[in-house]
Amino acid sequence: MSIACKHVWEHISEYLDHQLDPLLLHEIELHLENCEACSAILDSTRNVIILTADDRTFELPVGYSERLHARLRLIIQGPEPTPSNTKS
Amino acid sequence: MPTQSTTPTDEPALIRRILAGETQLFYDLIRPYEKMVYVTIYAMVRNEQEAEDGAQETLINAFRHLASFRGESKFSTWLVTIAMNEGRRRLRKFKTAAEDSLEDSADDHDGDFTPAFLTDWREIPSEALEKKEIREKLRATVQTLPPIYREVLILRDLEELNQEETAAALGIPITTVKVRLHRARMMLQKLLVPYLKESRPARKGFFGRMSP
Repeated sequence: MSIACKHVWEHISEYLDHQLDPLLLHEIELHLENCEACSAILDSTRNVIILTADDRTFELPVGYSERLHARLRLIIQGPEPTPSNTKS
Repeated sequence: MPTQSTTPTDEPALIRRILAGETQLFYDLIRPYEKMVYVTIYAMVRNEQEAEDGAQETLINAFRHLASFRGESKFSTWLVTIAMNEGRRRLRKFKTAAEDSLEDSADDHDGDFTPAFLTDWREIPSEALEKKEIREKLRATVQTLPPIYREVLILRDLEELNQEETAAALGIPITTVKVRLHRARMMLQKLLVPYLKESRPARKGFFGRMSP
């Protein structure tokens, strides 16, 4: 292994985003082939990213869209006229 | 995470028509981004009601100020910038200035950290995604990150904006986006992995001894 584990950790994010220059990428890939600890860190970080992006991790409350549209309607179309409504 | 039900190329035309008076089309314009706006604010304020109110305010503001959208950035970037500002505004209501400055100063620290060591978790994603409690844990863990890291993580890994869009939305250089995203992911890895390890039977091996 030509580069240290710590050096690999510093570049995990760029590795996952395919932003490493070819030389460093090659060095890191060589390291990963031989270092189970670093490959595990890489895999677990990738998994965290997958979980973060998963639609089910952050869900909308029930009825969110309906309430949003109802509120927007008041702004876009103005309030429904009612006998007590003297504004606008 | 916007669903691409309208293609981005439709948006400039849609916006022109809305500004010309076809205001009903605003619903079509924002439909792909309704969730993005909510999630962005929720991940900042950690409260469903606040996030929903904030999302409504964001989209009302977007409607009112649509004429100021110049099309230099993507509509989604413009919208997420408004959402971020709304989230920050709501956060300030709850937090003391001391807490804010404490959290914001985190960027000054060198990102020297040790990731969580674990070999047991590499095959988990599909399993983990099926577990509601793991998604809850992730949600809670994202919210423990200092705001400057959380914001970048939300935009890059949750909303899946690219580096340039994230930098534009936050008004920070791309290099800062990269540094903060890296630190945010590493913090999340470190905070989350030990928990995930507990959630399944440990596999005994050499690296088990390296776990914290």
